[in-house]
Formats: sequence, C-alpha cells, structure tokens
Amino acid sequence: MSDIILQIDGKEVKAAEGMTVLQAARSAGITIPTLCFHEKLEPYGGCRLCIVELESRGSTRLVVSCVYPVEKNLVVRTRSEKVDRIRKMILQLLLAHAPDAFDLQDLAQEYGADKNRFEKEPSFCIHCGLCVRYCAEVKKKNAVGFVDRGIRKEISFIPEIAAHECWDCKECFPLCPTEALQAAFVLTKALAFSSPSLEFAAGE
Amino acid sequence: MDKDRIDRIIDKHHCEASSLIQVLLEIQSENHWLPKEALERVADKLQVPLTRVQHIATFYKAFSLVPKGRHEIHICVGTACHVRGATRVLDTVQDLTGIRPGETDLDLKFSLQTVNCLGCCALGPVMEVDGKTHGKMAPSKTAEILKNYE
Amino acid sequence: MAQINTPAELEEFRKGILSKRDPDKPCVTLCSGSACNASGSTDVAAALFEEIEKQGLGAAVDIRRTGCHGFCERGPIIVIHPEEICYFNIEPKDVSEIISETIKGHKVVEHLLYTDPATNEKIVHESEIPFYKYQERIVFGSNSKIDPKSIDDYLAIGGYSALAKALTGMSAEQVLQEVKKANLRGRGGGGFPAGTKWEGSRNAGGEIKYVIVNADEGDPGAYMDRSVLEGNPHSVLEGLTIGAYAVGAHEGYIYVRQEYPLAVENVNMAIRKAEEYGFLGKNILGSGFDFIVKVHQGAGAFVCGESTALMTALEGRAGEPRPKYVRSNVVGLWGRPSVLNNVETWANVPLIINNGADWFTKLGTESSKGTKIFSLVGKITNTGLVEVPMGTPLRDIIFKIGGGIPGGKKFKAVQTGGPSGGCIPEELLDLPVGFDELTRAGSMMGSGGMIVMDEDTCMPDVARYFLDFLTDESCGKCVPCREGMRQMLKILTDITQGRGKEGDIELLEQLAETAQEAALCALGKSSPNPFLSTLKYFRDEYEAHVKEKRCPALSCKELINYYIDPSKCNACTTCARKCPAEAIIGGKNLIHMIDQEKCTKCGTCFEACPPKFRAVTKISGVPVPPPIPEEARTIVRESKQK
Repeated sequence: MSDIILQIDGKEVKAAEGMTVLQAARSAGITIPTLCFHEKLEPYGGCRLCIVELESRGSTRLVVSCVYPVEKNLVVRTRSEKVDRIRKMILQLLLAHAPDAFDLQDLAQEYGADKNRFEKEPSFCIHCGLCVRYCAEVKKKNAVGFVDRGIRKEISFIPEIAAHECWDCKECFPLCPTEALQAAFVLTKALAFSSPSLEFAAGE
Repeated sequence: MDKDRIDRIIDKHHCEASSLIQVLLEIQSENHWLPKEALERVADKLQVPLTRVQHIATFYKAFSLVPKGRHEIHICVGTACHVRGATRVLDTVQDLTGIRPGETDLDLKFSLQTVNCLGCCALGPVMEVDGKTHGKMAPSKTAEILKNYE
Repeated sequence: MAQINTPAELEEFRKGILSKRDPDKPCVTLCSGSACNASGSTDVAAALFEEIEKQGLGAAVDIRRTGCHGFCERGPIIVIHPEEICYFNIEPKDVSEIISETIKGHKVVEHLLYTDPATNEKIVHESEIPFYKYQERIVFGSNSKIDPKSIDDYLAIGGYSALAKALTGMSAEQVLQEVKKANLRGRGGGGFPAGTKWEGSRNAGGEIKYVIVNADEGDPGAYMDRSVLEGNPHSVLEGLTIGAYAVGAHEGYIYVRQEYPLAVENVNMAIRKAEEYGFLGKNILGSGFDFIVKVHQGAGAFVCGESTALMTALEGRAGEPRPKYVRSNVVGLWGRPSVLNNVETWANVPLIINNGADWFTKLGTESSKGTKIFSLVGKITNTGLVEVPMGTPLRDIIFKIGGGIPGGKKFKAVQTGGPSGGCIPEELLDLPVGFDELTRAGSMMGSGGMIVMDEDTCMPDVARYFLDFLTDESCGKCVPCREGMRQMLKILTDITQGRGKEGDIELLEQLAETAQEAALCALGKSSPNPFLSTLKYFRDEYEAHVKEKRCPALSCKELINYYIDPSKCNACTTCARKCPAEAIIGGKNLIHMIDQEKCTKCGTCFEACPPKFRAVTKISGVPVPPPIPEEARTIVRESKQK
C-alpha cells in the first residue's frame, strides 16, 4: 500500500491512498471543524465547515476536506483569513436556525460568529443529514428522510415505520447538532396527525 | 388509482430502481396526482425505501401529492416573461382565483402553478390553461379568459 | 423497411429518395415547433391540408410541417419552395389566398410579406430578410427544410453520411482528434472543450462507458435546444453515435425535460426510425460498432441540468449534485466514465466530421470556434432563435438581427448565461460574443439565452428575480447555497420593497463570496452572479432603492404610485372603466383621481390611457401630490362654452 505524503499546516503527513484530507489531518492530530461528518457514515459534504485551502501549481482554492481525496505533494492550510471568514459566515447562517445549539456555541466563539447577524428562522434543522443518513446506513430502517428541495427542504418521518421503531430507538437524537428539537417536533407531528397524503404534502 | 394500473406501469419499466422517476411520471400523468398508496406500492415493488420515493415525489415539481383542480393554470415566470410583466399577471390571477402557486382552490376548480419557461418567449407574458397557451397576456385580459372555465 | 447495412447501401438509398423528389415541385413548409403550435400553426396546417384537397392539388403540391424556423415573433411562418417566398403571422383564413394566388397564380400575397421597418419595403425571399440575412445557420438552418418525423427528409439533406464516414472510414482515435482539432466547446454552459472531455473518457479504464445528451435546458428564456431536438432530432442522434464511437461507449441516454412533450415525442420517433434503418443497434452500417439510446424524462428540477445532478437523476434519485473532485467523464453514471454534452454540441459533431475541423475553425474567434444559437427574447422587436458565428458583436445581434427595442424604448442591458450569468450594459455592446469575452465582462455564455432589458427594467429586481428562481431550484444540500441564498433573497426582497438599509449591500457581498468559494456545485457557486453583475454596472439603482426608497425604473410595486396628472387628464373614462379594483374616481368631464388605498398597482390604467393624453404616470421616491380640490376637477370644454 503506497503512502501519500502531503503537507498540512506546515506539517508533513503520511496518508494511505483513498483517504480524505480530513482523515489524514485527524490521523496527524490536526483539528478541522466539522458538523455533518460522522465516522460511521459516508462523507456528506453538506455543512462545508471543513473547508481548507489547497495550494497547487501556484494558485490556491478552497475544497471540502471530508470528501477531497489525498494526493501526493498537496499543500493544505486548515486556517487562513479566507477560510476563517467563510466558516464564520456558515456558522452565522446556521445560528439563525439554532442560536442556542450546544454544538455551535464553541465554534461560534472561536470564529467570532454573531448569532444575531441574521433574523431567526422558524426551523431548527440545519440539514446536516446525520439523522437521515444514520437511519439509512446504520439502522437500515429509513424511518426518516428528506422532503422537498432548496429553502423548503425539511426532514420528515414515515409515520408507519416511526410508530414501530422510533420511540424505542431515538439513536439519531444525540447525533443532532441542534439537540434534535426539530426531529422531535416532526416525529410527534407525524405520529399525532397521521392522515393520508396530506401528511407529506409539500408547502405546508 | 387501483393497484393493477400501478403494477402495469412498474412492470413496463422492468421494475428497475433507476426508472423510479419515469414510473412516477407515468402515474402522475395518468392520475394527475400521486396518492400515498401509489408511493407505497412503488417503493415496495421497486425495492427502494419509502423515504427515497417520498424525497423524489417532493423534490421534483412535476409531481403533486394532493389532488389537482379540474383546470390547471400555469403562469410562465421565465426571465423573458418576467421582463415583460409576468408578475403583474400572476398577481391578478392570484386575486381572481384566491389561490397562490402550488395551491388548488376548495372547489377543486383551479390549480395554479408557476413555470420557469414554456419556450414561447415571443408570446410573453404567457398563461397556459389546460395545456392551451394564451399569449401576450395583460392583467386586464385574465378575467376574460378564466371566466370561460367551469 | 430492410436495414441499411453498408455505407454503399446508404448512398444507394439516398439516391433513391432524391430521384423521387423533384426540386421544382412546389412545397409549402409550415413551421410547427412548439412555439408556433401555441400561435396556432396546428389550425393553419389543418386549413392547408383541407384547401389542397379541395383544390385537387394533392399530387401537385407537397406540404411539409417542419420544426422551428427561428423567427418566433412572426410565427406561424410559411415558406414556399422552390422560390423561397416567405409569409408571416399566418392564420387559417390566409390559406386559401396563398394557395390560389401563389401556388396556382404564381403571384405573391403582399400583405403577408415581411416589411422592412427602415425602408418600408416588402421583402419576398427569406435570405434577404435582415433577421435571417445576418445569421450563419449551419446547425439550425436544416430545421426549415425537413419534417422532423421523417427520416427520409434527413437523408435527403445528407443525413447520416457523417456517421458512415466516421464508423467505416475513420478510427475512433481519428474521430476524437478531429473533434479536438475543431476546438468544439460545450454549448450548454461550461464551454469545456468537448474533445478533451471525450479523451478523458476514452483513456479511462473499463469496458462500460456512457454518452449522454443534456436536453434539460432549464435556463428560463432559452429554448434553442428544444427547437433543435424537436426540429432535427436525427442530427443529435447522429452526433451522439459518432461520439459514442470515439469514446468507446455502447449505451447512450437522452435526458429531456418533461416540459418538452413534442421534443420527447419526436426524439422517441427518431430513435425508432433510426433503429429500423439500422443506424442504431448492432453492427451499425457493417462497422462492427453497437450502440443503443434510451430516453429519460426530467421531472421539473433546474438543478438536474448540472451534469452530476443529471447523472444522479438518471440513476433514479433526487438530483443532488456530487462534488467534482473526480471528474464525471472518469467517474460518472453508475461510477463509469460518462461523456455528457449539450444538444447543440452533439448537433455540431456531424458537421465537423463531414466538413472537417479546418472548415469549422474558420468560423469564430481565437478561442471560441464555430457558431452559437442564441435565444433573443425579452424587450426586443424580433424575438426568436438566432445562430451567428462566435465573435459577432452583441450590438449586431440585438440591433441588426433583433431589430432593436420595441416601443421606442432605450436599451439598458442584455442578460446572458441564465441564472448563472450576468448583465451586459450599453457601454459593452461592442463586445464580440464568445465564451471568454462574456466571462471577462462578468457574465457568461451559458446555454445561449439573451434576455434584452430596457429602461423600464429594474436591475435590483432582476437580481431578486434570479435569486428567487435559484432558491426554489437549489437542491438544498449545502449551507452556502441553501442558507446563503435564503438570506440574500430576503435582503434583496427588502431592498425592492422599500425596506433596504445601510449595510445590506456589504452583507450581500459577503454572502456572495461564501457561495462562490464554498458551495457544492456550479448552481451554488454562480448564484451570486446576477447580483454581482447588476451591482457592478448599476450600483446607482441599488443605492436609490436603499437610501431614497426610490425605484429609478419605476417598476417595483411597493416603491411606486400611479398618479393621474390633472393637467393632462381628459376624462375619457377609459382607465376608470378598466380598473379591476374600482380605484379610480372620476366621471364625465371630471378629472380622474386614483384612490391610493384601493390601488393594486396592476398597471392597467397606465396601459389604457390613450397615448395622446398620457395622463397616467408612475412616480417613485416622492409622496403622491395631494388631490386637487373638488371644484378644480371639472373640465370645461371650450366647444361647450361657445
């Protein structure tokens, strides 16, 4: 198995082929913030918090480290003015949904993110997808999924499956960066008002 | 919609999971909407999780999870029509029908939807009712056209 | 129909078709694309067949229902061959006159001809009409000659000869090199060199590869792909098959948006006919090459025009794009090397193979070769589809071919590249049209949509419009796009509705950077473009909206009031009668007034007021003048005084 040597924050890091930049960084004890990443799940690349600066052939660009495959001679910077600026904006956008979320507080402080930068949004969900992906990939129950798209995207439980499975499981709840408030709400609604098609009609 | 009709459509596409969208398009076309039973049947026969079928049925605008009205009104809000004043036409139609895009009125008479370009830009602004194109629309002309529909 | 098994048999068959066609026989072609059908060409066709039958001319005259001719503003269009007499805006009632006067009487019907607005002269022949004269229709020109439902028509104009040449006279590598040499760049938006994309797939390992036609054409205002697919589906199939041969793919997909039912119908029919004739299937023309094509319909998602999202949709999933760190021509559909190109790109391939790369590179600029089909729409006199060589100045397209802005209004900007593009203002109108030139100006070529805007178009509203479109169409997976655009839309809506505040523009710029740098796909990364380009060239409009709560274009509903100028009102009562909200107070000989509380700003009164009075005005940024006193409202007519 060939070792790929790359540079992260000035440090030489050895990585195996097929690893992502995030995995390589972690193996070398270098921290990169993440929200939608979970060791048991396929990398998602949704929150974009793990962006890093890549330098190659004289130009720099930003890539998402949880999905970017390692290459030899890669020069990676996990912090820079631009990277920090963008992480701050991402956090501010998320804080509009869940201003008091525990997982977001430390990050917010580190990057100077202001939870009042944007007006509050009605939904707590930040679409990290952890609940949906965990239920699909680990529990293989597919009790919760996404509906709709764009700014109307939401999570939704299938009442019939949730009725059997969810109350005894709730393994996705502790994964939720916003304390599963949205999940609990949506689950309760699904079970309490379970009625034909109107349940998952878009645009409620 | 009865199970046999749904099964026939699924079998036509060889029960392939990759044909999920094509199957749903045919059911939507025949039935004008996708009842929950249809989604469940498709998930079952194609061996895909219901969450995936649900995501697709809500992700793509071609599908409706609620029954549609007798007459479907489509207002084009593509850039060319927008620049020629489509917003004012839409506002007037909303006032006339009492519904917003994506909705159906309580009598199940009209369903209103915006579309992002019918490709009849020379006729803009365009309003389509039951597939019939009405071009060079102005707010003042909408009432005249809509009152012909029962 | 026995299959055609060799190039020699193909030429024999073609000769057979041509020998049965008399080039001097009168042929009436009627444009029957979707847009003309919407204008009534189906009824015209029915009238044509009926009249020909009635006059017993069935054997003497051919009727051919063709695809889109391109001059959509003047449809339905009839062109009489061989003379090339062009008639416009045809209604069923014109048909009998055309048949008796032109077909039988060999005379032109004057009132159906094109009138040159500059000289007021009537023009008879298609090739002399300015709209057509300044174009170079190497791809689109065939539309007006063939019935898309007839494969014989396509063969009659030389169709499938490129396929025969490529499959039996060239190696796959030679075909690829020819396309590379031609520097054919993608016509769908990216402008990526097709040859390089093909080469990447060709060199990637594995037996299974795919070629895909992107006919999702989601840019609002762009409909050239539809017209090519509807009007000449075989040209796309031929190009696709040649590409498959070059790359080593044996299966192809055509992803068509379901909003194009006629294109779906015509392409399915073309595939069936091509299979029947042996141009698709096993051992095509005896070359040993196998290739099949399947059609997949879209289901109403703009994001599926993005190549990775399209492939995800082909796999039966929600169209969420994938990161392009490993390119899809290496890992694409089902993880296999997949070449995805736009309809127009594929349609250029047979021309390049038949005429050679050198012929192709003579047209265009240094970096943008060949021609491009544009959809010229919006505030333009000659709305339609226009094909010009790359390098043609924008000014020529808009004024020479497009006929300029209608209603005597002033040109303001032309928006190119769809929701990923930007606005080009008047000072840049001499820009030669090309991939890199448009990108450098802050816009892009995109799929070729050209929306012309005039003095009545509000530019912050244009930015808001595109953001509204994109927030609806975004897949919603990544934060910079979903959340970033959510907030951008809120701020821009506030600005256009009079709630803009200091700091809004700076915040919009920060959100723009986040999306451009960190979004997952091209939709997200380019989403700030309409805002950034309108800010660059029309910053004064943004500032007027934010600082003065004024809309310079007098367009934003919440920032304008309709006001009847008492000095101009003639109490003709037209506006009061037409007002849907009954908001106009007035009567005979009484100067009319708009009740601002009831007014819904629909603009009907503005349109209705006779041009000789022009009493209804729009005002913005200033309070509505107080109503004039009751006594002063009576109009005393001079004639009555005497």
